[in-house]
Amino acid sequence: MWFEILRLIVNATGETLYMVAVSALIGSLIGGPLGIFLATSRRGELFAAPAVNGILGIVVNATRSTPFIILVVAIIPFTRLVAGTSIGTSAAIVPLTIATIPFVARLIETAIRDVDPGLVEAARAMGATRLQIVSKVLIAEARPGITLGITLTVVSLIGYSAMVGAVGGGGLGDLGIRYGYQRFMPSVMLAVVVVLIVLVQIVQTVGDLLARHFDKRARRT
Amino acid sequence: MNAPAGQRLEGPGLAAHIAQEPAIAFRNVSKSFADAGGAAKVTALDALDFAVPRSSITCIIGRSGAGKSTLIRLVNGLEKPTSGSVIVDGTDVSALSESALRPVRRSIGMIFQHFNLLTSRTVYDNVALPLEIAGVNRRAIEAKVMPLLDLVGLADKSRRYPSELSGGQKQRVGIARALATDPKVLLSDEATSALDPETTRSILGLLKRINAELGLTVLLITHEMQVVKQVADRVAVIDGGRIVEEGDTYSVFTRPQHPTTRTLLADVVGVHLPAFVTSRLSPEPKPGADAVVKVIFTGPNATEPVLAKLGETMGLHLNILAGAVDEISGRPYGTLVVSMDAGPETLARARGFIHDLGLETEVLGYVV
Ligand SMILES: Nc1ncnc2c1ncn2[C@@H]1O[C@H](COP(=O)(O)OP(=O)(O)O)[C@@H](O)[C@H]1O
Ligand SMILES: [Mg+2]
Repeated sequence: MWFEILRLIVNATGETLYMVAVSALIGSLIGGPLGIFLATSRRGELFAAPAVNGILGIVVNATRSTPFIILVVAIIPFTRLVAGTSIGTSAAIVPLTIATIPFVARLIETAIRDVDPGLVEAARAMGATRLQIVSKVLIAEARPGITLGITLTVVSLIGYSAMVGAVGGGGLGDLGIRYGYQRFMPSVMLAVVVVLIVLVQIVQTVGDLLARHFDKRARRT
Repeated sequence: MNAPAGQRLEGPGLAAHIAQEPAIAFRNVSKSFADAGGAAKVTALDALDFAVPRSSITCIIGRSGAGKSTLIRLVNGLEKPTSGSVIVDGTDVSALSESALRPVRRSIGMIFQHFNLLTSRTVYDNVALPLEIAGVNRRAIEAKVMPLLDLVGLADKSRRYPSELSGGQKQRVGIARALATDPKVLLSDEATSALDPETTRSILGLLKRINAELGLTVLLITHEMQVVKQVADRVAVIDGGRIVEEGDTYSVFTRPQHPTTRTLLADVVGVHLPAFVTSRLSPEPKPGADAVVKVIFTGPNATEPVLAKLGETMGLHLNILAGAVDEISGRPYGTLVVSMDAGPETLARARGFIHDLGLETEVLGYVV
């Protein structure tokens, strides 16, 4: 019995990690460049394209303000198209990724906007190309902020991935609802919550350490 | 400076022409910005003409908002003129596209008020950055960076991060970085404005040394007259987007013509009379009043015991009210304010006596 529960929890944790890892990865690969573009495409900026910037901004805001559960349901046809099904762990990755993209994009935009414009000016004065400015100045300087942004994304994804459990997405949330709630096994519910807390703690701690390591600015304390 | 029409420039003629041609020339340059609202225009530069001689240290001084930063940013194309042209080393940079500007920018170094060093890079890697950008290989970068760090006296800090350095050290890194691509021109926008006077002096000393050793043309923007006084061969005063006065530093400092120059110089050169004198000073001679005369020592006579001679020869009672000796671009400039018990005639003779010794005088007023 206990062994069975343990097996369930281990499996569910694996599913959660899988969903979180894949959607964080794909979401960041798309959301990252989007965030960089959002941060550099207003009037007078490096990739000035104010109209595109404005439209993307609206799309990002719209996606971010749609409640996640509604997003999951609303994009079911798209999910089927991509994953072949709308139920299960792999299917859950689709809405998770869609929700991650604008989330990551805004966080990275903020991190990039925090970079001192004087550094961009200095790089321009050196004869840097725009891509060199992005890679050698903006991303390099924003690394602590980007790291914290991705950490926050992963932490949020752990929560969201538990939510997709409610719609048959597998993972820890699914386990908690099926065993803890529907079969009334509070110990399973408790175990699920404990595992989630531990996961979040680990991710946050590692993220903080990495960000600190990247941050060579003077510490104010 | 321009070749006569039709004449071909070749051989020694061409060489001579290049030697005379200024390192940087602004020709009828205007620059206006759309206001924040978008409607109103701000004219930052107004039909400005100006030349920076090759291998000189030229300062442009002006109040905040006078257009200094706009002017210097035109040189490496960070800003484009609304009209007119900016010629750097024979190339009209105002006509170049962003991609054509890139190689030109590599031949122009720039240093900044807030240093603009990358916080995520060590001192070494900051100096290496312009070389990386230019596509120089690792080996060649190393061969270039270490001697530069030596030159600016920071070889032992190569593995440090900018946050671990003082302001003066950061600016030295900035200078090493600016020199990495062997530029012909060094631009400095208020590079010492965030530094204390002591550090400013050492940074200016370094710039002077670089100018002398590398023959680099230095264009320096500042709002501090002290800076001009210490380094500049030539100085130009900018006001309202125009150069209102220019010349070699010593003449501009000792004989300022434009009111803006005078105001900027007020606290820097010469002397300040104590309040008890200025409050009693009247512009008209009165019977029994003493004349207050400013004696200006320039050049080698500055150390001559002029006043002693004057008192002796003419039997005058001289009172020293204030005095100072300055050094302006390496030359002494002294001012002494004295009162003398002289009527109009004696005063004229005393002034003649002083003039004969090669000094200048100015009557400031009369006190009873
Ligand atoms: N990018 C800009 N947009 C709008 N106005 C500007 C811009 N840059 C400079 N100006 C204006 O041009 C004038 C000159 O500015 P600047 O060259 O920075 O002066 P300084 O460096 O002498 O203090 C100021 O009135 C300033 O407000
Ligand atoms: Mg300025």
